[in-house]
Amino acid sequence: MAARVMQRHVGMTNPVAGERAPEFSLPKDAENHVLRRSELAGKPAVLVFYPADWSPVCGDQLAIYNELRDELGRHNAQLVGISVDGVWCHRAFREHRKFWFPLLSDFEPKGEVARRYGVYRAADGIAERALFVLRPDGVIAWRYVSPVNVNPGADGILDALEQLHAEAA
Amino acid sequence: MWLKMPIDPQRDHIRGPSNAPLQLVEYGDFQCPYCGRAYYEVQEVERRLRGQLQYVFRHFPLSEIHPLAVPAAETSEAAAAQGRFWEMYSMLYENQEALERPYLLRYARALGLDIAAVDAALDNHLYLPRIREDFNSGVRSGVNGTPCFFINGRRHDGAWDADSLLKTLERARQQQQPTQRATPRHL
Repeated sequence: MAARVMQRHVGMTNPVAGERAPEFSLPKDAENHVLRRSELAGKPAVLVFYPADWSPVCGDQLAIYNELRDELGRHNAQLVGISVDGVWCHRAFREHRKFWFPLLSDFEPKGEVARRYGVYRAADGIAERALFVLRPDGVIAWRYVSPVNVNPGADGILDALEQLHAEAA
Repeated sequence: MWLKMPIDPQRDHIRGPSNAPLQLVEYGDFQCPYCGRAYYEVQEVERRLRGQLQYVFRHFPLSEIHPLAVPAAETSEAAAAQGRFWEMYSMLYENQEALERPYLLRYARALGLDIAAVDAALDNHLYLPRIREDFNSGVRSGVNGTPCFFINGRRHDGAWDADSLLKTLERARQQQQPTQRATPRHL
Protein backbone atom coordinates (compact mmCIF):
# COMPACT_ATOMS: atom_id res chain seq x y z
CA MET A 1 0.00 0.00 0.00
CA ALA A 2 2.78 2.41 0.97
CA ALA A 3 4.61 1.61 -2.25
CA ARG A 4 1.43 2.22 -4.17
CA VAL A 5 0.86 5.58 -2.53
CA MET A 6 4.47 6.61 -3.25
CA GLN A 7 4.19 5.48 -6.80
CA ARG A 8 1.06 7.58 -7.20
CA HIS A 9 2.95 10.69 -6.27
CA VAL A 10 5.99 10.21 -8.48
CA GLY A 11 6.10 13.07 -10.95
CA MET A 12 2.93 14.57 -9.53
CA THR A 13 2.22 17.99 -8.21
CA ASN A 14 -0.61 18.28 -5.76
CA PRO A 15 -2.28 21.69 -5.93
CA VAL A 16 -4.72 22.48 -3.13
CA ALA A 17 -7.39 25.08 -2.51
CA GLY A 18 -6.00 28.60 -2.66
CA GLU A 19 -3.38 27.67 -5.26
CA ARG A 20 -3.47 28.41 -8.95
CA ALA A 21 -4.97 25.64 -11.05
CA PRO A 22 -2.30 24.08 -13.29
CA GLU A 23 -2.50 24.92 -16.96
CA PHE A 24 -3.58 22.39 -19.53
CA SER A 25 -4.39 22.17 -23.19
CA LEU A 26 -6.38 19.08 -24.10
CA PRO A 27 -8.35 17.84 -27.12
CA LYS A 28 -12.06 18.42 -26.64
CA ASP A 29 -13.34 16.67 -29.77
CA ALA A 30 -12.29 14.37 -32.57
CA GLU A 31 -11.60 17.34 -34.86
CA ASN A 32 -8.45 18.27 -32.91
CA HIS A 33 -9.93 21.34 -31.23
CA VAL A 34 -8.33 21.92 -27.86
CA LEU A 35 -9.54 23.52 -24.66
CA ARG A 36 -6.99 25.43 -22.58
CA ARG A 37 -7.39 26.00 -18.89
CA SER A 38 -6.89 29.73 -19.54
CA GLU A 39 -10.04 29.74 -21.71
CA LEU A 40 -12.06 28.91 -18.61
CA ALA A 41 -10.95 32.14 -16.90
CA GLY A 42 -13.53 34.81 -16.18
CA LYS A 43 -16.18 32.40 -14.91
CA PRO A 44 -16.21 29.68 -12.27
CA ALA A 45 -15.24 26.27 -13.67
CA VAL A 46 -15.87 22.74 -12.51
CA LEU A 47 -13.26 20.12 -13.50
CA VAL A 48 -14.48 16.56 -13.15
CA PHE A 49 -11.68 13.98 -13.34
CA TYR A 50 -13.08 10.46 -13.63
CA PRO A 51 -11.57 7.02 -14.22
CA ALA A 52 -13.10 5.95 -17.52
CA ASP A 53 -15.87 6.39 -20.06
CA TRP A 54 -18.60 3.74 -20.01
CA SER A 55 -18.11 2.42 -16.52
CA PRO A 56 -21.57 2.39 -14.94
CA VAL A 57 -20.63 4.46 -11.90
CA CYS A 58 -19.11 7.20 -14.06
CA GLY A 59 -22.22 7.14 -16.19
CA ASP A 60 -24.31 7.84 -13.14
CA GLN A 61 -22.01 10.58 -11.91
CA LEU A 62 -21.87 12.43 -15.21
CA ALA A 63 -25.58 11.77 -15.81
CA ILE A 64 -26.38 13.81 -12.70
CA TYR A 65 -24.13 16.68 -13.77
CA ASN A 66 -25.87 16.47 -17.13
CA GLU A 67 -29.15 17.34 -15.39
CA LEU A 68 -27.65 20.39 -13.68
CA ARG A 69 -27.30 22.61 -16.72
CA ASP A 70 -29.72 25.23 -15.36
CA GLU A 71 -28.33 25.07 -11.84
CA LEU A 72 -24.74 25.48 -13.06
CA GLY A 73 -25.91 28.17 -15.46
CA ARG A 74 -27.28 30.13 -12.52
CA HIS A 75 -23.76 30.18 -11.15
CA ASN A 76 -22.38 31.01 -14.58
CA ALA A 77 -20.23 27.91 -14.14
CA GLN A 78 -18.55 25.90 -16.90
CA LEU A 79 -18.26 22.13 -16.56
CA VAL A 80 -15.69 19.85 -18.18
CA GLY A 81 -15.06 16.14 -17.77
CA ILE A 82 -11.50 14.80 -18.01
CA SER A 83 -10.35 11.19 -18.37
CA VAL A 84 -7.54 9.31 -20.09
CA ASP A 85 -9.90 8.02 -22.80
CA GLY A 86 -9.23 9.00 -26.41
CA VAL A 87 -11.25 11.48 -28.47
CA TRP A 88 -13.25 8.85 -30.39
CA CYS A 89 -14.20 7.06 -27.21
CA HIS A 90 -15.30 10.37 -25.69
CA ARG A 91 -17.31 11.17 -28.79
CA ALA A 92 -19.23 7.90 -28.67
CA PHE A 93 -19.79 8.24 -24.92
CA ARG A 94 -20.97 11.85 -25.22
CA GLU A 95 -23.36 11.05 -28.05
CA HIS A 96 -24.73 8.01 -26.28
CA ARG A 97 -25.34 9.80 -22.97
CA LYS A 98 -26.29 13.15 -24.56
CA PHE A 99 -23.86 15.17 -22.48
CA TRP A 100 -24.01 18.92 -23.10
CA PHE A 101 -20.53 19.56 -21.62
CA PRO A 102 -17.16 18.70 -23.21
CA LEU A 103 -15.08 15.66 -22.31
CA LEU A 104 -11.34 16.28 -22.53
CA SER A 105 -8.86 13.57 -23.50
CA ASP A 106 -5.90 13.33 -21.14
CA PHE A 107 -4.63 10.67 -23.49
CA GLU A 108 -1.14 11.61 -24.70
CA PRO A 109 1.05 11.85 -22.73
CA LYS A 110 -1.30 9.66 -20.79
CA GLY A 111 -2.67 11.19 -17.61
CA GLU A 112 -0.30 14.14 -17.69
CA VAL A 113 -2.94 16.66 -16.64
CA ALA A 114 -4.29 14.36 -13.95
CA ARG A 115 -0.71 14.12 -12.63
CA ARG A 116 -0.42 17.90 -12.60
CA TYR A 117 -3.56 18.05 -10.52
CA GLY A 118 -2.32 15.29 -8.21
CA VAL A 119 -5.13 12.91 -9.10
CA TYR A 120 -3.53 10.19 -11.26
CA ARG A 121 -3.58 6.56 -10.16
CA ALA A 122 -0.35 5.44 -11.79
CA ALA A 123 -0.78 1.82 -10.70
CA ASP A 124 -4.15 1.66 -12.50
CA GLY A 125 -3.40 4.05 -15.35
CA ILE A 126 -6.52 6.13 -14.71
CA ALA A 127 -7.53 9.38 -13.07
CA GLU A 128 -9.02 9.50 -9.60
CA ARG A 129 -12.65 10.45 -9.21
CA ALA A 130 -11.76 14.05 -8.35
CA LEU A 131 -13.61 17.35 -8.43
CA PHE A 132 -12.10 20.83 -8.66
CA VAL A 133 -14.03 24.08 -8.53
CA LEU A 134 -12.00 27.00 -9.91
CA ARG A 135 -12.61 30.65 -9.22
CA PRO A 136 -12.95 33.00 -12.19
CA ASP A 137 -9.30 34.02 -11.65
CA GLY A 138 -8.13 30.41 -12.02
CA VAL A 139 -7.43 29.74 -8.36
CA ILE A 140 -8.68 26.47 -6.89
CA ALA A 141 -11.62 27.21 -4.58
CA TRP A 142 -12.37 23.59 -3.62
CA ARG A 143 -11.10 20.13 -4.39
CA TYR A 144 -12.40 16.74 -3.45
CA VAL A 145 -11.03 13.28 -4.20
CA SER A 146 -13.64 10.59 -3.79
CA PRO A 147 -12.87 6.93 -3.15
CA VAL A 148 -12.59 5.65 -6.72
CA ASN A 149 -15.61 3.36 -6.41
CA VAL A 150 -17.85 6.00 -4.80
CA ASN A 151 -19.80 8.40 -6.95
CA PRO A 152 -19.47 11.78 -5.19
CA GLY A 153 -22.70 13.24 -6.58
CA ALA A 154 -23.08 16.99 -7.01
CA ASP A 155 -23.76 18.40 -3.57
CA GLY A 156 -20.14 19.43 -2.88
CA ILE A 157 -19.87 21.20 -6.24
CA LEU A 158 -23.03 23.23 -5.61
CA ASP A 159 -21.88 24.11 -2.09
CA ALA A 160 -18.55 25.35 -3.45
CA LEU A 161 -20.24 27.41 -6.16
CA GLU A 162 -22.63 28.94 -3.63
CA GLN A 163 -19.68 29.79 -1.43
CA LEU A 164 -17.98 31.51 -4.38
CA HIS A 165 -21.15 33.42 -5.08
CA ALA A 166 -21.41 34.54 -1.45
CA GLU A 167 -17.79 35.70 -1.44
CA ALA A 168 -18.28 37.68 -4.63
CA ALA A 169 -21.42 39.38 -3.29
CA MET B 1 -24.75 11.72 3.35
CA TRP B 2 -28.08 12.57 4.94
CA LEU B 3 -31.51 13.41 3.65
CA LYS B 4 -31.67 17.22 3.61
CA MET B 5 -35.40 17.60 3.03
CA PRO B 6 -37.25 15.78 5.84
CA ILE B 7 -40.25 13.61 5.07
CA ASP B 8 -43.28 15.87 4.88
CA PRO B 9 -46.73 14.26 5.04
CA GLN B 10 -48.16 17.39 3.40
CA ARG B 11 -46.21 16.93 0.19
CA ASP B 12 -44.54 13.52 0.10
CA HIS B 13 -45.96 10.28 -1.25
CA ILE B 14 -45.89 8.02 1.79
CA ARG B 15 -46.96 4.42 2.22
CA GLY B 16 -47.06 2.79 5.67
CA PRO B 17 -47.99 3.93 9.18
CA SER B 18 -46.90 7.41 10.29
CA ASN B 19 -45.53 6.05 13.58
CA ALA B 20 -43.36 3.41 11.87
CA PRO B 21 -39.87 3.18 13.39
CA LEU B 22 -38.25 2.67 9.98
CA GLN B 23 -38.25 4.99 6.99
CA LEU B 24 -37.16 4.13 3.48
CA VAL B 25 -36.97 7.04 1.04
CA GLU B 26 -36.32 6.31 -2.63
CA TYR B 27 -35.26 8.80 -5.27
CA GLY B 28 -36.33 7.15 -8.51
CA ASP B 29 -36.89 7.57 -12.23
CA PHE B 30 -39.80 5.80 -13.96
CA GLN B 31 -37.76 5.12 -17.10
CA CYS B 32 -34.67 3.82 -15.30
CA PRO B 33 -34.39 0.04 -15.67
CA TYR B 34 -32.59 -0.29 -12.33
CA CYS B 35 -35.46 1.55 -10.63
CA GLY B 36 -37.79 -0.86 -12.41
CA ARG B 37 -35.99 -3.73 -10.70
CA ALA B 38 -35.90 -1.91 -7.37
CA TYR B 39 -39.69 -1.58 -7.56
CA TYR B 40 -40.05 -5.29 -6.88
CA GLU B 41 -37.34 -5.32 -4.21
CA VAL B 42 -39.10 -2.50 -2.34
CA GLN B 43 -42.37 -4.43 -2.44
CA GLU B 44 -40.62 -7.40 -0.86
CA VAL B 45 -39.11 -5.17 1.84
CA GLU B 46 -42.53 -3.65 2.57
CA ARG B 47 -44.09 -7.11 2.75
CA ARG B 48 -41.52 -8.31 5.26
CA LEU B 49 -41.65 -5.19 7.43
CA ARG B 50 -45.38 -4.65 7.31
CA GLY B 51 -46.53 -2.11 9.90
CA GLN B 52 -42.97 -1.12 10.78
CA LEU B 53 -41.94 0.73 7.64
CA GLN B 54 -42.80 3.96 5.94
CA TYR B 55 -41.86 4.04 2.27
CA VAL B 56 -41.52 7.40 0.53
CA PHE B 57 -41.04 7.94 -3.19
CA ARG B 58 -39.47 11.09 -4.62
CA HIS B 59 -38.76 11.93 -8.24
CA PHE B 60 -35.26 11.92 -9.68
CA PRO B 61 -35.75 11.81 -13.46
CA LEU B 62 -32.51 11.73 -15.47
CA SER B 63 -34.23 13.49 -18.34
CA GLU B 64 -31.29 13.70 -20.74
CA ILE B 65 -30.85 9.93 -20.92
CA HIS B 66 -34.49 9.10 -20.12
CA PRO B 67 -36.63 11.54 -22.11
CA LEU B 68 -39.87 9.84 -21.04
CA ALA B 69 -39.07 9.98 -17.32
CA VAL B 70 -40.38 13.51 -16.78
CA PRO B 71 -43.76 13.01 -18.53
CA ALA B 72 -44.14 9.76 -16.56
CA ALA B 73 -43.38 11.60 -13.31
CA GLU B 74 -45.85 14.32 -14.31
CA THR B 75 -48.50 11.68 -14.93
CA SER B 76 -47.91 10.20 -11.48
CA GLU B 77 -48.36 13.65 -9.96
CA ALA B 78 -51.52 14.24 -11.97
CA ALA B 79 -52.78 10.92 -10.58
CA ALA B 80 -51.73 12.02 -7.08
CA ALA B 81 -53.89 15.13 -7.48
CA GLN B 82 -56.80 12.71 -7.92
CA GLY B 83 -55.68 10.60 -4.95
CA ARG B 84 -54.19 7.76 -7.02
CA PHE B 85 -50.43 8.22 -6.87
CA TRP B 86 -49.50 4.71 -5.80
CA GLU B 87 -51.71 3.04 -8.38
CA MET B 88 -50.06 5.11 -11.12
CA TYR B 89 -46.60 4.50 -9.66
CA SER B 90 -47.20 0.73 -9.98
CA MET B 91 -48.70 1.11 -13.43
CA LEU B 92 -45.65 3.03 -14.66
CA TYR B 93 -43.07 0.69 -13.17
CA GLU B 94 -44.89 -2.35 -14.47
CA ASN B 95 -45.05 -0.85 -17.97
CA GLN B 96 -41.67 0.83 -18.24
CA GLU B 97 -41.26 -0.08 -21.88
CA ALA B 98 -44.33 1.98 -22.84
CA LEU B 99 -44.21 5.49 -21.41
CA GLU B 100 -45.11 7.56 -24.45
CA ARG B 101 -48.02 9.99 -24.11
CA PRO B 102 -50.77 7.72 -25.53
CA TYR B 103 -49.79 5.00 -23.05
CA LEU B 104 -49.68 7.45 -20.15
CA LEU B 105 -53.25 8.51 -20.99
CA ARG B 106 -54.27 4.88 -21.38
CA TYR B 107 -53.01 4.16 -17.83
CA ALA B 108 -54.88 7.20 -16.52
CA ARG B 109 -58.03 5.91 -18.19
CA ALA B 110 -57.50 2.43 -16.77
CA LEU B 111 -57.34 3.95 -13.28
CA GLY B 112 -60.55 5.85 -13.91
CA LEU B 113 -58.91 9.27 -13.71
CA ASP B 114 -60.25 12.50 -15.15
CA ILE B 115 -58.36 12.32 -18.45
CA ALA B 116 -58.85 15.97 -19.38
CA ALA B 117 -57.15 17.01 -16.14
CA VAL B 118 -54.23 14.66 -16.74
CA ASP B 119 -53.89 15.82 -20.33
CA ALA B 120 -53.91 19.48 -19.28
CA ALA B 121 -51.36 18.83 -16.52
CA LEU B 122 -49.02 17.25 -19.08
CA ASP B 123 -49.53 20.09 -21.56
CA ASN B 124 -48.96 22.82 -19.00
CA HIS B 125 -46.25 21.01 -17.00
CA LEU B 126 -48.34 21.75 -13.96
CA TYR B 127 -46.35 19.46 -11.68
CA LEU B 128 -42.88 20.08 -13.09
CA PRO B 129 -41.90 22.51 -10.28
CA ARG B 130 -42.69 19.86 -7.70
CA ILE B 131 -40.70 17.24 -9.60
CA ARG B 132 -37.77 19.68 -9.80
CA GLU B 133 -38.09 20.30 -6.08
CA ASP B 134 -37.78 16.56 -5.45
CA PHE B 135 -34.82 16.37 -7.81
CA ASN B 136 -32.99 19.29 -6.20
CA SER B 137 -33.58 17.94 -2.71
CA GLY B 138 -32.02 14.71 -3.94
CA VAL B 139 -28.96 16.42 -5.40
CA ARG B 140 -28.44 18.33 -2.15
CA SER B 141 -28.79 15.11 -0.17
CA GLY B 142 -26.08 13.41 -2.22
CA VAL B 143 -28.20 11.32 -4.56
CA ASN B 144 -25.59 9.94 -6.94
CA GLY B 145 -27.58 7.74 -9.28
CA THR B 146 -30.91 6.02 -9.54
CA PRO B 147 -32.36 4.40 -7.59
CA CYS B 148 -30.94 6.02 -4.46
CA PHE B 149 -32.26 5.06 -1.05
CA PHE B 150 -32.15 6.73 2.35
CA ILE B 151 -32.77 4.61 5.44
CA ASN B 152 -33.85 6.61 8.48
CA GLY B 153 -32.35 9.64 6.79
CA ARG B 154 -28.96 8.18 5.89
CA ARG B 155 -27.93 7.40 2.33
CA HIS B 156 -27.77 3.67 1.67
CA ASP B 157 -24.68 2.89 -0.43
CA GLY B 158 -24.21 -0.44 -2.12
CA ALA B 159 -26.63 -3.15 -3.19
CA TRP B 160 -30.37 -2.51 -3.01
CA ASP B 161 -31.84 -5.98 -3.38
CA ALA B 162 -34.43 -6.73 -0.71
CA ASP B 163 -31.98 -8.63 1.52
CA SER B 164 -29.41 -5.82 1.47
CA LEU B 165 -32.06 -3.19 2.21
CA LEU B 166 -33.49 -5.33 5.02
CA LYS B 167 -30.03 -5.77 6.54
CA THR B 168 -29.45 -2.00 6.64
CA LEU B 169 -32.99 -1.40 7.93
CA GLU B 170 -32.38 -3.94 10.71
CA ARG B 171 -29.16 -2.15 11.64
CA ALA B 172 -30.99 1.18 11.69
CA ARG B 173 -33.56 -0.35 14.03
CA GLN B 174 -30.84 -1.63 16.38
CA GLN B 175 -29.18 1.78 16.42
CA GLN B 176 -32.46 3.30 17.52
CA GLN B 177 -33.06 0.90 20.39
CA PRO B 178 -30.32 1.95 22.87
CA THR B 179 -31.61 5.52 22.97
CA GLN B 180 -35.17 4.28 23.40
CA ARG B 181 -34.08 2.07 26.30
CA ALA B 182 -31.90 4.79 27.80
CA THR B 183 -34.72 7.29 28.05
CA PRO B 184 -36.50 5.80 31.10
CA ARG B 185 -33.21 5.53 32.99
CA HIS B 186 -32.60 9.24 32.60
CA LEU B 187 -36.06 10.17 33.80
